[in-house]
Amino acid sequence: MSMKDSQQRPSRSLLVLLLLACATLITLDYRGGEDSPLAPVRAAVGNVVGPVEEVTSDALAPFGDIPGFFRTNKGLRDDLARLEAENSNLRSELATTSLERNRAAQLDGLIDASRETGYSIAPARVIGMGPAQSFSRTVLIDKGTSSGIYADMTVLNHDGLVGRVLRADSGTATVLLVVDQGSVVGGRLGSSLEVGFVRGRGDVGGDGRLDLQLVDTTAMPGKDDVVTTWGSRTSAPYVPGIPIGTIESVYSSPRELSKQAVVRPLVDFSALDIVGVVVNDDARGGVIRAGELP
Amino acid sequence: MIAVTRALVCAALLLAAVVLQVSLFDGISYDGVVPSLVLLIVVGAALTRGAEFAMTLGFLGGILLDLAPPADHVAGRWALALVVAGYLAGRVRQDAGQSALASVVTVAATSFVATSLFALSGLLLQDDSVSVGEALRVIPISVGYDVLLTPFVLPLVMKLFQRLDDHQVAFS
Repeated sequence: MSMKDSQQRPSRSLLVLLLLACATLITLDYRGGEDSPLAPVRAAVGNVVGPVEEVTSDALAPFGDIPGFFRTNKGLRDDLARLEAENSNLRSELATTSLERNRAAQLDGLIDASRETGYSIAPARVIGMGPAQSFSRTVLIDKGTSSGIYADMTVLNHDGLVGRVLRADSGTATVLLVVDQGSVVGGRLGSSLEVGFVRGRGDVGGDGRLDLQLVDTTAMPGKDDVVTTWGSRTSAPYVPGIPIGTIESVYSSPRELSKQAVVRPLVDFSALDIVGVVVNDDARGGVIRAGELP
Repeated sequence: MIAVTRALVCAALLLAAVVLQVSLFDGISYDGVVPSLVLLIVVGAALTRGAEFAMTLGFLGGILLDLAPPADHVAGRWALALVVAGYLAGRVRQDAGQSALASVVTVAATSFVATSLFALSGLLLQDDSVSVGEALRVIPISVGYDVLLTPFVLPLVMKLFQRLDDHQVAFS
């Protein structure tokens, strides 16, 4: 059979064919830009794979704490065998309750944020994160156009600004985090009202930082100064007044005229769970409406 | 009939790998990097059934990785990287045989090549998200993680493909 032959020497023509197919795909998607011919395919795949990812993420939620079990068990190795059965039961119970408690606290935070800012917020849960091997820092949330979420809407959580919606399918939406290297947010300093641009560095870990470049070359940001979003007239993609982070240090580089500042984001991007999307006031579904809060 | 079953099993396997890669992130990611299950499937396919099958699987799995949310890069980049990975793994198989050490080395080499190719294509297309420093940080972690997972995943994948193969021989 031909399969046996193929084990001797792989077919060059198949390799060339597949490589050409990849090159065609890349060209189509790259040249197409915003209205790429692959956008409908992407949306279709999103509509199929999104719900699967949502179910998997729900089913695997209790296993998220498994590395923690190993750490806490280190000192208990001697009587581990005896306690193992009992422990694992209790721990999985505990893991789920503490998860629920954390989520309730995050939702309360969102309600507070809605009350303070006056925006209507659609709460959603992060159900997937793009791997670092793909380099873009994106997450998937479990609400989409059916909850009034569309592209270029602001995403925040109880701590501060998370990012913006890149594209939305019926049940899920992809969010670009502000730490992505391609993300640029208009920022405003809390103390002096100076404006500038906040860029991501591509690191989601605890030491992930953002860079702030001020428009006014003479302005001097102070340490611990709060940076908030500057916003635009149409409030897209970012609504004004959402805190992004605090200034950690200031430096000036010889190449740039203006001062650069390092911003420590308020949000912990490696532990995102409940987020809120700022939606229009007429959005349907489970939306926290600023006007209806006590 | 057998061909249909085999295609369905392969599709389900790729879909499961892509979904797990995205959904398990908070449990297993190290510095944002998750083990590349799709790559392990491609290498397993190459070691049991040869380069052609592996290239095809790599192409399909890559497209799924490129299009499934929350991916946000030019489509076709992972497909390109994984087709090359499948081809290389298939070549290695003829030269090195099927020892455990050879498969670990194959995983390490293909993981390095695939992640580097993905990063390079990003640099060529001027994707803002990719920088050389970031690539140099991510690639070693991802190679290490793939190698770490090889003993757990690769034998299972290879056994599965072997069985699919046996059935085909038995019925044809």
